[in-house]
Amino acid sequence: MGRPGAGYGTVSGSGAGPLPDPELDPERTRAGRIPRRCFLSGPSPSARRLPASPLEPMDFWQYLEAVLYIVRGSGYTAGLILGAMSLGLAIGLPVASVQVYGPRWLARIFRVYVWFFRGIPIVVLLFLIYFGVYSAAENFAFERFGLRLDLSPFSASLLALGLASGAYQSQIFRGAILSLPRGQYTAAMSLGFQQRLALTRIVLPQAHRVAHPAWSNEYSILLKDSAVAYILGTLEIMARTKFMAAYTYKHIPFYILAGLLYFALTWLGVRGLRFLERKTRIPGLGHEF
Amino acid sequence: MTASLPGAGARPAPGFAPGSAAGTSPGRVQGPAPDSSPEGPPASGAASLPEGPGLSPCLLQVCGISKTMGGKLLLDNVSLTLGAGELKVLIGPSGGGKSTLLQCIHFLTPPDSGDVLLDGESAREMSRRNICLFRREIGMIFQDFNLFDHLTARDNVAVALRRVKGLAKKAAYERALSELDRVGLSSKALLYPSQLSGGQKQRVSIARALAMDPKVMLLDEPTSALDPELIGEVLKVIQDLHDGGMTMLMVTHQVGFARHITEEFLFMEGGRITERGSPEELLREGSGSRTADFCSKLSEIQGG
Repeated sequence: MGRPGAGYGTVSGSGAGPLPDPELDPERTRAGRIPRRCFLSGPSPSARRLPASPLEPMDFWQYLEAVLYIVRGSGYTAGLILGAMSLGLAIGLPVASVQVYGPRWLARIFRVYVWFFRGIPIVVLLFLIYFGVYSAAENFAFERFGLRLDLSPFSASLLALGLASGAYQSQIFRGAILSLPRGQYTAAMSLGFQQRLALTRIVLPQAHRVAHPAWSNEYSILLKDSAVAYILGTLEIMARTKFMAAYTYKHIPFYILAGLLYFALTWLGVRGLRFLERKTRIPGLGHEF
Repeated sequence: MTASLPGAGARPAPGFAPGSAAGTSPGRVQGPAPDSSPEGPPASGAASLPEGPGLSPCLLQVCGISKTMGGKLLLDNVSLTLGAGELKVLIGPSGGGKSTLLQCIHFLTPPDSGDVLLDGESAREMSRRNICLFRREIGMIFQDFNLFDHLTARDNVAVALRRVKGLAKKAAYERALSELDRVGLSSKALLYPSQLSGGQKQRVSIARALAMDPKVMLLDEPTSALDPELIGEVLKVIQDLHDGGMTMLMVTHQVGFARHITEEFLFMEGGRITERGSPEELLREGSGSRTADFCSKLSEIQGG
């Protein structure tokens, strides 16, 4: 089992301490247990292939090892952003629909949700969920059912980012729905549509096309916000970069690498969304290009 | 065009009583066959009903509807009836409550008080699910068409057939194409609304409403967003519908068209129906009616 205080995957410490036992998995959880390896994380860097101290010069292979370690973090980041965007979408669409066309009491509840999650920083949200909600859930499960839950920092980050993004996305879609003529909804209702079907078949298919530019904006913002997840020890790009930079004292090249990775992911995603936008384009709806 | 209206032509003459005014058939869910609704077996006593539009049994009954919105009284105790096959024309200045009345009849904005009876069934007492059934029995045509912009003309007609009536894709498309054919637009089936002219859009929206086999059609200024050259084609479709025995309530400013097609004018102002009567009666020289005054002003603008 893990040793408390021996982790370098978590970034709570200075990060510049001596590299621990190479057999020790850096993906140490809050409780000090070693979890099952996450398929996104890839193998941890072999300490044997890294310099023994920051003062030693690094050769090409050592650089390569460090770079690959960081690059593998983009799997984590990609998983995080895809999950959080999907969760945000799953929250944002119904919240927006209800806020425009739904019952007033539910709209009021959703307004509190939006108000809360747009109002607090993601870092605070991360800590609240990981140390607050997660710890409480683990304790509860253990005391009540004797279950040893091991909730990962990755899922906590995903949840925090997804909930925050849901609040932002709901307002993106609310704007899009409001930009459509109300007659679209009225016409659907006049044909005998159930309200839910009128929304999913008539209003939202049009709204998502209008919302596309703002939505791709949300993607690129959330992608960069996801870097904050390093603070819980989610082994994404930022956490790995911070570890490597602190361990080797070579800050500049590794942070440039991290920047390039984020840039590439943003570019890829925005290109992909642009492609989708063009694919789903309909004459006379949204902007032409 | 009349020849291309097999559905409308097959409808029984005005005065025929579909399902009788007593509303003996609460399960009015219609099958996919076009025009199956009015041809159902007439209820007992239907044969003895008197002929003639004036005496036809009442299909739609609007009882004392009032509506206040934003502190303003938009409808003040409005009542009217529509017999099967009848066409009545609502006329009056803007802001008089005509569109609000249609929306209330449709329960798109439920009236504050009063009730709407279709075939003797009260809309106010319906559950949320039944109100959807109620709505699909009443077709609505809007001033600005309200075609679904993300769907082709064919899909605009088919989407409600699939999602509301639950038809299979193929059956829905077939029905949609036949409805588009009925309004003379089968060649435009795969175009998007933005690629259609105003008149064509309005005809698609009529086809969309007809596909639901409505018992009553409410037309809210169907031609006022069209330029003069396109009005004719839409009025032609409406005329054909009327000839086919469709029950309609129409808001229009096309006085010339209205006065020869309708049996009754309803003049609406300030949320009330202030005058009602046959066009001859109301528009007679020197009748002094508000309707005659209003219509003569309209005619001046429209050049006769």
